[in-house]
Amino acid sequence: MKTLKYIGLFIFLIGFGLLTATPFIGSYTLTDKIMQENLSEYELEVLGDAYRKDIVGKTYETSFGISQDLMKPYKVKNEEFRSNEQWDKLLHTPPKDFAFKIAKASSNGFIANNGWLIVFLTFGLGIIGSLMYIFPNIKLMGHPGIKNDGIYHSSMQSRGWLGFLMASWFISLYIMLYFYPHWIVSMTNVVDPLKGLFIEGAGASQWFLYGLLYTVAMTVMGIRMIIKYRHNKYQIFRTCSVIFFQVVFAFMLVEILPIFNLPAMDLKNAWPLDYDFLFDWNVQAHFAAGTIGRFMFFWGIALSLVLIPLFAYIYGKRWYCSWVCGCGGLAETLGDPYRQLSNKKMWAWKLERWLVHGVLVFAIIMTIFAGYHTYNVLNNPQMDQKDILLGISAYDIRSWYGFAIGAIFAGVVGTGFYPIFGNRVWCRFGCPLAAYLGIVQRFKSRFRITTNGGQCISCGNCSTYCEQGIDVKAYAQRGQNIIRASCVGCGVCSAVCPRGVLKLENGPEEGRFGNDGPIVLGNEGFSLKDHQGE
Amino acid sequence: MEKVVIIGNGISGVTATRHIRKNSEKELLIISAETEHFYSRTALMYVFMGHMRYQDIKPYEDWFWSKNRIELMFDYVEHIDTDNKQLDMASGQQVSYDTLIVAVGSKSNKFGWPGQELDGVQGLYSWQDLELLEENVKEAKRAVIVGGGLIGVELAEMLHTRDVKVTVLVRESEFWGNVLPKEEGMLVTRHLRDDHHVDLRLETELDEILDDGNGRVKGVKTKSGEIIDCQIVGLTPGVSPNIDFLKSSNIEVNRGVLVNHYFETNIPDVYSIGDCAEFKNPVEGRRNLEQVWYTGRMHGETVAQTICGNKMTYQPGPWFNSAKFMDIEYQTYGMVLNKPKDNEDEFYWEHKNGKICLHLRWDKDSDVFTGLNVFGIRLRHELFDKWLREGAKIEEILSELKTANFDPEFYDHYEEEIIEKFNGEKQRNVKIKPKKWWLKLLKS
Repeated sequence: MKTLKYIGLFIFLIGFGLLTATPFIGSYTLTDKIMQENLSEYELEVLGDAYRKDIVGKTYETSFGISQDLMKPYKVKNEEFRSNEQWDKLLHTPPKDFAFKIAKASSNGFIANNGWLIVFLTFGLGIIGSLMYIFPNIKLMGHPGIKNDGIYHSSMQSRGWLGFLMASWFISLYIMLYFYPHWIVSMTNVVDPLKGLFIEGAGASQWFLYGLLYTVAMTVMGIRMIIKYRHNKYQIFRTCSVIFFQVVFAFMLVEILPIFNLPAMDLKNAWPLDYDFLFDWNVQAHFAAGTIGRFMFFWGIALSLVLIPLFAYIYGKRWYCSWVCGCGGLAETLGDPYRQLSNKKMWAWKLERWLVHGVLVFAIIMTIFAGYHTYNVLNNPQMDQKDILLGISAYDIRSWYGFAIGAIFAGVVGTGFYPIFGNRVWCRFGCPLAAYLGIVQRFKSRFRITTNGGQCISCGNCSTYCEQGIDVKAYAQRGQNIIRASCVGCGVCSAVCPRGVLKLENGPEEGRFGNDGPIVLGNEGFSLKDHQGE
Repeated sequence: MEKVVIIGNGISGVTATRHIRKNSEKELLIISAETEHFYSRTALMYVFMGHMRYQDIKPYEDWFWSKNRIELMFDYVEHIDTDNKQLDMASGQQVSYDTLIVAVGSKSNKFGWPGQELDGVQGLYSWQDLELLEENVKEAKRAVIVGGGLIGVELAEMLHTRDVKVTVLVRESEFWGNVLPKEEGMLVTRHLRDDHHVDLRLETELDEILDDGNGRVKGVKTKSGEIIDCQIVGLTPGVSPNIDFLKSSNIEVNRGVLVNHYFETNIPDVYSIGDCAEFKNPVEGRRNLEQVWYTGRMHGETVAQTICGNKMTYQPGPWFNSAKFMDIEYQTYGMVLNKPKDNEDEFYWEHKNGKICLHLRWDKDSDVFTGLNVFGIRLRHELFDKWLREGAKIEEILSELKTANFDPEFYDHYEEEIIEKFNGEKQRNVKIKPKKWWLKLLKS
């Protein structure tokens, strides 16, 4: 069994290593034909000569190399237009996206030519290897129960060098996805055959690669989670649920809807997490797609304004954050090995409240600007400067938000730093939807984590394994119930409690906070106070 | 300002300190020679197993103490001079007090076995024991644990995580036989043997611990003459009050520090609480030494009232306790002795997997529920506390079992199976009631 596990690890590392090495494996040749096919007429006019002179026919070994050369004249031309104030002549595609597209079209080489073989050697070996590593745990980990042995002795799980190495890998991936997609063209070429299953011959973008990696990681690590918690049905059901929503809603439907000329909408992704919901192009795409498109638009509104608060009232924010959400899903599966790394200190809680509510306010303001702009686009087509409100451009606010929150906070920091800060950095400190759900959960909800009378022994397992950094035992040891805006209801505190002290439950709001302390149940010399002031 | 000095920073001493602060502005000083800050003793095992670090088992952040104006001193009290209200510290300094709380806890029992002082022989109680175990485990392949109780099981679980094979010697014919009824003892025994491959030997007594010639343990010999090679011997046959340092003082001691129901010792302004306190007259139905976390906490809550001028006797509510044997959680509400009392009837249900059980006791004549043990199911403390205080009858409790369940959502339920068996065995006709919101039941 152990041998099988280590063979699995070895196979996984081959697949993983190969995928990681892909940016350095490849061959890119821009031909005149490719150029004609992929550049717009105007781009050809501006850049065609420069490219014919320096790039066409030349073979590059990395996408980094070819895109540097592609971007050089592009930037030079734009500089020229700017200094001549020829604003109408500017090339508008962001250079990184332009370079990505052309480099992708110019790919030939080993990866581009070996389709399914490469898929097998990277994703295939990665999946097979990791499953071979995970499944023997059923036997090796012994009798079902809490399996946290050695976590703080493990380099990977306690901020050792392996943890930092893993974090560097995640962070690099995110930086490349958001800011340097043209560096990882061959990584996207790896999954072209899979993209082809949805749309024949279509090349995979970096976002398809990301979506696939995300879904595969969640599924494989979800299986690990289920095996780890196989004695606990709450964890099993919850994990199955997040995997389902990721595979079907976030991945499959987003690929399938466009085939039917519908907007590629993740139907479970709610504003304000889905921050571009009211952007002009998104609204237009919905309205352009007929009745179903319109329905999807109103579904998005109903989801955010009705279903989110309603379900948060009935079940707490967990129904979304740890049963449905993709970000939450990744945190609960890929991120589970790192949940203990969240900061439990009081100052972290203070920081959390400022940050997460700050982002919510930012998201609302940004959306007001975007909505104003979209309204004008739809209703005042004659208007000049449709994007300007109070002297500020909606485009600017949108791009600030997209950069600071969408890319840096949610991606690079939120996920990249799993092995350093724990698996819920984004959900805890950054997610505006979590902030919104949290306000409902804190002030108007039937959800609470009930503390079982006086049974707490202050051991600290609940706090340690709270991914949201809630100091659960601080409440439990006083006999209080746990009601915190940030609690995503993952149920792990209840699972790891060695004395059966914690239970997630929904019930009437009356008496929700439980015993007000300071006396804990069991001492007849005192009468307990609940929050109704009894 | 009156100065209250608390010796011992365990759950009892710290609870007393916190509650004195809540009720007064007295000067507070906690002295400990074990660790600088309060940590949860029950969580020591998790540090060894890598579930948590030392900082994770501290119930309060380090700023808590200064924020609440509680002074901490890391030193050892060698002598208490009650005439001058002064403590002589190992560091040589002297500390004066107006009020003193002795909350120094326990030490592991050693029953004078030959070889019990050898290297590699240890108990498991303190932070220092844990550090010692980290040393001892380095070269260990096999360990023998003497005494089958909670700490023995914890130690076995800890050593297993470091791939040390464990043999547990239990003197009685059942596991933890002086506390658990036979059925539960067998359930735990099976779990340890079959699911965790612990070599658990019942009715086996330690005779002597063998020296390897260099002052280190090389094995043990049992009373039947068998020799078991091992590099660690864990002595876990219970604990006793840690009061040797008091022998030079005027404070009256027996096995522990003798106290009345106000936790007052024979010396005015000197109190004792927690594991080390021994009641001259125990509270009815309870032992005169109470050595669990929960009683330590209640002692602390109570003595704080007296010290703050609200003189209060110790009035513990219905007994409760909990533990975990490897993967199986255990809770108990009410007093369930290893054998039913003469006036008690009982009912035992066990799941066919042999890992979940419920053991109920009640008064034969009045049907009043007296207590239960439960393994592998979580039950609500509040409801059982209420039922025990109010003298609820066994049938009422069984009929409300669904509401009393505290397991996580989606777990399998066994209430119907339990009641069916009960009705059949006891010729009764209890009807199970549907689950209702438990607070309604609590307030009814």
